[in-house]
Amino acid sequence: MGMEMIQLEAIRKTYLVGEIDLPVLKGITAYVHHGEMVALMGASGSGKTTLMNILGCLDHPTSGRYWLNGNDVTDYTSRARARLRNRLIGFVFQSFNLLPRTSALENVMMPLTYSRDEISEAEMTRRAKELLAKVGLSDRLDHQPSQLSGGQQQRVAIARSLVNRPKVLMADEPTGNLDSRTSEEILQMFTELNRSEGITILLVTHDANVASHARRIIRIRDGLLEGDSSDLSHRAVAELKTAGSAP
Amino acid sequence: MKLNRVLITALRALRRNVTRAALTTLGIVIGVAAVIAMMEIGNGSSIAIQRTIASMGANNLLVQPGTAASGGVSFGAGSVMTLTPQDASAILRECGSVSAVAPVVRARTQVIYGNRNWVPMYIYGTTPEFLDVRDWNDLAEGERFTERDVRNSSKVCLIGQTLKRVLFGDESPVGETVRIQNVSFKVIGVLSPRGANMMGVDQDDILLAPWTTIKYRVVGSSATTINQSSAAAQTSTTVNSLSQLYPGTQNNLYPAPSTSELADTPQPVRFVNVDQILVAARSSTEIPSAIRQVTELLRERHHLRPNESSDFNIRDMTELTKTMSSTTTLMTKLLLCVAMISLVVGGVGIMNIMLVSVTERTREIGLRMAVGAEAGDVLRQFLLEAVVLCLIGGAVGIVAGRACSYLVTLLLHWPTAPSLPAILAAVAVSAAVGIIFGYYPASKAARLDPIEALRYE
Repeated sequence: MGMEMIQLEAIRKTYLVGEIDLPVLKGITAYVHHGEMVALMGASGSGKTTLMNILGCLDHPTSGRYWLNGNDVTDYTSRARARLRNRLIGFVFQSFNLLPRTSALENVMMPLTYSRDEISEAEMTRRAKELLAKVGLSDRLDHQPSQLSGGQQQRVAIARSLVNRPKVLMADEPTGNLDSRTSEEILQMFTELNRSEGITILLVTHDANVASHARRIIRIRDGLLEGDSSDLSHRAVAELKTAGSAP
Repeated sequence: MKLNRVLITALRALRRNVTRAALTTLGIVIGVAAVIAMMEIGNGSSIAIQRTIASMGANNLLVQPGTAASGGVSFGAGSVMTLTPQDASAILRECGSVSAVAPVVRARTQVIYGNRNWVPMYIYGTTPEFLDVRDWNDLAEGERFTERDVRNSSKVCLIGQTLKRVLFGDESPVGETVRIQNVSFKVIGVLSPRGANMMGVDQDDILLAPWTTIKYRVVGSSATTINQSSAAAQTSTTVNSLSQLYPGTQNNLYPAPSTSELADTPQPVRFVNVDQILVAARSSTEIPSAIRQVTELLRERHHLRPNESSDFNIRDMTELTKTMSSTTTLMTKLLLCVAMISLVVGGVGIMNIMLVSVTERTREIGLRMAVGAEAGDVLRQFLLEAVVLCLIGGAVGIVAGRACSYLVTLLLHWPTAPSLPAILAAVAVSAAVGIIFGYYPASKAARLDPIEALRYE
């Protein structure tokens, strides 16, 4: 175990609604290689957001195991998961989630303030400026979110997700609030990041058009894996099963 | 996450809503300002009261000669002659807690001006320091006598208001001459009115003169006897015809020595005693140490062995001092309680706004948690925001409070005094208010579930 970026084995998630157990994920086994760009597709209510939360270490699965970057993170405490998120994962949200009345630069620097590493204020500023330049916003450093367009806001959010040099980028409907032209720009940016930096990217979407930018599409339906555009995944599932039976 | 980073984060968060932060902290500003102003006004009044009571003699110690005893019969305080003017100057020189000393020679006899006469309550022979000891420097008229008058036994005196009224009426007594025991004294000053003392005795019924003059010129004939009534009787023979019926003079047991006999038998240097020594302690708190120092010094000067009892006694006005301190501290505490209440109200305001702020920034909290903030980081951030608000409020409040007390002094002429403890307490209390009232909202923020928080609308 541990060669893949993400490995899931029989992930189940059940919510307790009143007295009734509501299974949302019903046993998902999957993997994502280092440096892959994968789209996670599914209709609303299919459980893709729940899966995303588990993949993003925001939530525990009810059962099953999850390896991230070779470590079994299933039973990490909330504290350890917070550190893991800070170190390994970058998040991009549908609604950007920038801090209001805060400059783009400070928004990008924000995750660094929670870093365990000793990073000087100057270094933080340098990194944030560099990333904002990369997403084409070097002339908007002092602009607040309300002074930026949706596409620009999402680009700030992408810069923010990259500032900790994560290994995985998780984008939950990153183009959901953007027009088609801006969406295209953002998706191009993801593709470029994946190609040049080798960052593993997970795109969660219900839009086939968006998903088509990924090299591989994982479909989820009613809490189960419906299909995987990659033939390899079936072999991986078989591998996982044998490995799981002989730990 | 290091503290300075948390601090920067908290400051940035506060900067995002300056108006609200300012309004929130207003409660603390008012509270702290009230505490500071109350403490300063309270302090000022307590100092003023202390000064007033000190002028009544609360800081004074009265050193009296001890008792003489004969065959088991003691004659009460002051019946031996043990205190000297040198004792008085030694006390001033060697006792650290003493600020002024005045030896006193008492007389009780008639004062005559023109066709009026009066027997004042006090005729005190003393030094100019008497007025310092009694805090009685503001003369109504004229000036005080000097050290030189004491050395020269000058026949000058100061009179109190009552004496002035009965002898001079509305005239100015300064420059006039009064007679005491047929000795003419020039009145050089009139004391300011004092009223009755704690015992109801009129303090203005007084005549002050250099102690040497009273000692050698007025009580002179009775220098060796403390019993002034007999001395008065002796001298009154010339005035009072009744003394022929009831002779007050004692028959001399021995024949008077002739001039040559006196020259052959030189008298030893005469021991000069004073009736009492008035001592002023530096402050009411130093009274106990002043008593200790004076006792030690006088025992040493009087060559008393450890097992011998003191040949003098010291009286202080403990009761007065106690009343004074309890009154002023009670008043200050009361004011402080009232001010503290407003501080607590300010704290509740902070808590209220912080709770609103946590709800409003739920998504922000979710985001911070998603990018790696631990619950502790979030807790610290919100706690620090509250504490920073309170400390800023405290700082502004200190300035406002000082300004307030300054205005009170300026406009109402109430005495105020700056109080460092009040400022320190205000800072500590506002930080404490921040922590106490900031903790609940902060812990609420820290307990948020990141998933829920991110989805919160």
